[in-house]
Amino acid sequence: MAAMPSLKSREIKIVQDIPISKTLPFWEGLKQGKVLATKCKKCGKLYFPPVADCSQCLASDMEWVELSGEATIETFTHVVVRPTTFQHEKPYTVAIGRLKEGVRVLAWLTGFKLSEVKVGMKAKLVAKITPEGNLTYEFTRLE
Amino acid sequence: MRKVAVIGVGSSKFGVRNDVNVAELAFEAFKPSVEDAGISPKDIEFVAVGSTGAGAWYEELLPAVVSAEYCGLTGAGLVRCEAACASGSAAFTTAYWAVASGQAEIALALGVEKMREIDTPTMMEWIGRAGYYLWEFHNFGVTFPAYYALYATAHMAKFGTTEEDLALVAVKNHKYASMNPIAHLQNRITVDDVLSSMVIAAPLKLFDCCPVTDGAASLILASEEKVKELKIDTPVWVAGIGYASGTANLSKRLDYVGLEATVSASQMAYKMAKISPDQLDVAVVHDCFTIAEIMAYEDLGFCKKGEGAKLIREGQTEIGGKIPVNVDGGLKAKGHPIGATGCSMIYELTKQLREEAVEKGRQAPMKNYIALAHNVGGTGHYCYVTILRR
Repeated sequence: MAAMPSLKSREIKIVQDIPISKTLPFWEGLKQGKVLATKCKKCGKLYFPPVADCSQCLASDMEWVELSGEATIETFTHVVVRPTTFQHEKPYTVAIGRLKEGVRVLAWLTGFKLSEVKVGMKAKLVAKITPEGNLTYEFTRLE
Repeated sequence: MRKVAVIGVGSSKFGVRNDVNVAELAFEAFKPSVEDAGISPKDIEFVAVGSTGAGAWYEELLPAVVSAEYCGLTGAGLVRCEAACASGSAAFTTAYWAVASGQAEIALALGVEKMREIDTPTMMEWIGRAGYYLWEFHNFGVTFPAYYALYATAHMAKFGTTEEDLALVAVKNHKYASMNPIAHLQNRITVDDVLSSMVIAAPLKLFDCCPVTDGAASLILASEEKVKELKIDTPVWVAGIGYASGTANLSKRLDYVGLEATVSASQMAYKMAKISPDQLDVAVVHDCFTIAEIMAYEDLGFCKKGEGAKLIREGQTEIGGKIPVNVDGGLKAKGHPIGATGCSMIYELTKQLREEAVEKGRQAPMKNYIALAHNVGGTGHYCYVTILRR
């Protein structure tokens, strides 16, 4: 079928400035090699991703807690077909791991061959600064 | 709450519809729905539009407004409903409430989505952001197939579900789509075709995924009084509606072998309709990926948790089996124009329940004249279950 006639829409570039003032210690922590969670001082609930407000008791008095990083992988996938802003990356493995403290984390899993990755295996969650300077965290080998 | 019936349905052809813009596509579904009901646009008092990609993957930011003007509906009460891939069901539920509450006699649910005006990586980008952008997409680029692949990996590890089992869902749904002239993908496929197709997000491959589709579906809802006044022969009654939601972060779900929102929404719908799953004659379930249909069997109570693969292996979800599922081809092969899908499901079930105008090879046998539609938004972020009864 021949291409249908069409008009090009006007082009716009969208970049949002995402506020992080309320979770700033988390982003600062990544720079220092730490992955931090928040804990509600009133009801004790632990949050990852970190939050400034407790959805369980609605208090807004949180303390920062460093996570052990000891994780058990609960599920994973290997992303081959990538979105526009990840086209420059090689295919990557995304996993969800449960930390010793009980919270779960979704992050990339690196340092393993794909055939080695199994549900139930142990991994370590670590802070990371990407070559482009982005602050992030990932699961990797224990040693 | 008053009784509400579906009295008119219409659908566009699904597929790559670069011949029409969003309003023209909406019209293509709208016109047959008013003709089916025997009403005119001015009889419609309230309009709920389901559409998700406004301003993102198509150019109009206010699709409800442009579609309403184009269809001659200006002046009616108007809203656009967003519940991701369940936006069509959110619109249907909103229109249902308008009539059930007594505020409107006739309402319209119109689902429309134009998805093929942008390139595929940009579509992967937009839909990947449909979860929690900040925590799961920004650094990790989780695509929509990848979210469901996380469920597939866990389901396979826990219950022994195989890639072949997943492939059977695609083979079945392509078979029925091949008999459905409005379906996007009308080709028959084999298990080997699925297994040898390219990996998108392991373990899901290309043929485990629904296509990116343009489409629209339109539904006219009316009160019992209007049904009598208009002398509608075969009203299809809304017997039950259930809804629920799930966490934005996938990392906060209880497990990865089912969708809690589906369990909650279906239990609510069964309770309202006063039925159990074994009374259903036919169902359409949210099979955006093959694993989603297997999990839906379990979460909707068609079988026990972990036995979804057995149900497809035994052919129990084909016509002639225990509960025919997605005999229109499903999202997998009929196509998944996100905001239109929920309305498209009700369109199909209305035709099935009327036992009319459905191609013979895919008419489910009717015993109780009860049907169920299961529509998930996001990865279990939203869920709507609708039960219809003739």
